[in-house]
Amino acid sequence: MTIKNTIAVLVNDHPGVLQRVSGLFGRRGFNIESITVGQSEEAGLSRMVIVTIGDENNLEQIEKQLYKLVDVIKVIDLSSKPMVARELAMIKVKAEPPQRPEIMGVVETFRAAVVDVGTTSLIVQVIGDTEKIDAMIELLKPYGIRELTRTGVTAMIRGNA
Amino acid sequence: MSAQIPEVRSTDELREKWMKPEVITGSEILLRSLLLEGVDCVFGYPGGAVLYIYDAMYGFEDFKHVLTRHEQGAIHAADGYARASGKVGVCIATSGPGATNLVTGIATAFMDSVPLVVITGNVVSSLIGTDAFQEADITGITMPITKHSYLVRDVEDLPRIIHEAFHIANTGRKGPVLIDIPKDISAAQTLFVPQTGPVTMRGYNPKVLPNKIQLDKLTQAIAEAERPFILAGGGVVYSGGHEALYEFVRKTEIPITTTLLGLGGFPSGHELWTGMPGMHGTYTSNLAIQQSDLLICIGARFDDRVTGKLDGFAPHAKIVHIDIDPAEIGKNVPTDIPIVGDVKAVLELLNQDVKRANRADAWRAQIQQWKNEKPYSYKDSDTVLKPQWVVELLDETTKGGAIVTTDVGQHQMWAAQYYKFNQPRSWVTSGGLGTMGFGFPSAIGAQMANPDRLVISINGDGGMQMCSQELAICAINNIPVKIVIINNQVLGMVRQWQELIYDNRYSHIDLAGSPDFVKLAEAYGVKGLRATNKEEARRAWQEALDTPGPVVVEFVVNKEENVYPMVTQGSTIDQMLMGDE
Repeated sequence: MTIKNTIAVLVNDHPGVLQRVSGLFGRRGFNIESITVGQSEEAGLSRMVIVTIGDENNLEQIEKQLYKLVDVIKVIDLSSKPMVARELAMIKVKAEPPQRPEIMGVVETFRAAVVDVGTTSLIVQVIGDTEKIDAMIELLKPYGIRELTRTGVTAMIRGNA
Repeated sequence: MSAQIPEVRSTDELREKWMKPEVITGSEILLRSLLLEGVDCVFGYPGGAVLYIYDAMYGFEDFKHVLTRHEQGAIHAADGYARASGKVGVCIATSGPGATNLVTGIATAFMDSVPLVVITGNVVSSLIGTDAFQEADITGITMPITKHSYLVRDVEDLPRIIHEAFHIANTGRKGPVLIDIPKDISAAQTLFVPQTGPVTMRGYNPKVLPNKIQLDKLTQAIAEAERPFILAGGGVVYSGGHEALYEFVRKTEIPITTTLLGLGGFPSGHELWTGMPGMHGTYTSNLAIQQSDLLICIGARFDDRVTGKLDGFAPHAKIVHIDIDPAEIGKNVPTDIPIVGDVKAVLELLNQDVKRANRADAWRAQIQQWKNEKPYSYKDSDTVLKPQWVVELLDETTKGGAIVTTDVGQHQMWAAQYYKFNQPRSWVTSGGLGTMGFGFPSAIGAQMANPDRLVISINGDGGMQMCSQELAICAINNIPVKIVIINNQVLGMVRQWQELIYDNRYSHIDLAGSPDFVKLAEAYGVKGLRATNKEEARRAWQEALDTPGPVVVEFVVNKEENVYPMVTQGSTIDQMLMGDE
């Protein structure tokens, strides 16, 4: 059964590590839906969060192959446990003055924020899980989306684990 | 017959000298570090970006440097050295084209888990990324085919990096490690503090000892099995586990097959050994795998040349997989009992309480019957030389005692089928990548590692022409490799596929225009001999054996000969074409 898996990979913060990891996915035929990288809680280590689509065997192979990379310290399958997953999107939406109150209504409902106002456009920032952002984009589409950027998912296991 | 192998001068006095912290250049650090890692021979080719390194080697005699005629020759030689010795093979090349010429050799070693440390030069740090003269992103290019790689950014890191590289290359699942050294780093000076202690790396901890619970499951499964079978691979040889394997078979009396890379890991004369499995494997091994109820895979990776069609592979068997690389377990074949650990360590633990597979007597009889009924066979001839007969001649006259290296193709399969290997590290062949051009230069490395053994390199007329320039190395260093060319004037294995699968449409396989191999050898100052019938063959081969230096012996063989049995792609391995026998 093909499902979406979210894995966190703790890696050495060395040049070329992102290339090693993404290259591994590419050459082994694993699919990357999104990948985010940034500092971790420990100096010298980065945490990557990778969303990938595949079956159980696929996921097992991905984990095992990742562990073969010398720069990979730890691989955690986040989606096997209750997790918090968030993504940030910025949407530049066409907004002539008459449309603005309507758009503001959507923004408030989604607890999003307007982070820039132009003469004929607004930049809306939204944070949430992937579905929430998809829904927000759907609602803003009728007004005309000029530019859209999404960060990809970052995630953590809930609780003390 | 001894080759001119380095007399390593690593006396205690010298060693003490290298161990002294001293301000020296990156190049000198490299050389001293290699010595501290026990390197006695490197293969290489100088160029602009490694000039400081080669300058440091001027008059340097603490290890031997073999100047090959092509970087590909250097890396295949380093590979042959590693496979035949168990030590790490080392090669050096310059930046750009020098480095990219290594790619095939790195991939070859990676596929077959061969420990190499590959040193490349690069342009000076400030020019990296500017498309400078002879610049190539070799760490980027080789990332998918190395176990790990380093681009050195600070000369102070060099001692640590070299020490780590050797550790990574030769532990766990072995493999090639690349160290890319920019020219300014090899020139920069720093205080050299020798690194010799244990290596600790957070992200690299190969698991050597297996899980006891899984071992008990296997012991239990052996007691219950009626048709147990062992599939052993290169991991047995690489871990030094051949004696433990022999003991395991002696105790359990389970029949055993060894893969192409596992040849020599178990004595071929043993009555429980069934020959190689897979595409050109024996009838017995392939049937035994398909009918077994317990398949114990030891240090092998279920390559598609072994399994044939995966859907339908060993359909009745409980699968046990012993491997040091956890990623191999379950990769191709679902596993019932996974055992992660070093093959030698696993087998030694198993041998403590494993017992004879008592319910398998009928199975043993069945396997003997298959062995007797359908051994490898070919139709001999008195008018044309048969390549199988040539390999048998080599085997008989050397009593299976030589180190044999091969290139890739029909001759490789005949060598695997008809030469009888009885000890590990006697068989050097490119399995996973199937690299033409590998056979001859790898023999040079194997001979450097084993100056006193007979090394025979078996090649086709195609592959020989991919690295024949290395004949110069044999001549000037008096490396006494016996270079056999099985000449059928075509790309034989391609011809075989075109005949059997592509309906006799022989597309671009005719090697007309090949050199006169005897004259080619002579041009390099190497003795050349040719044989076209059995009598000439016996005489020429005897002369080759009696000649102290390198010799090329060309055997002109039957062009139409095919390798049998053969499992075509998409078939299960018990569906074998047996040929006309």
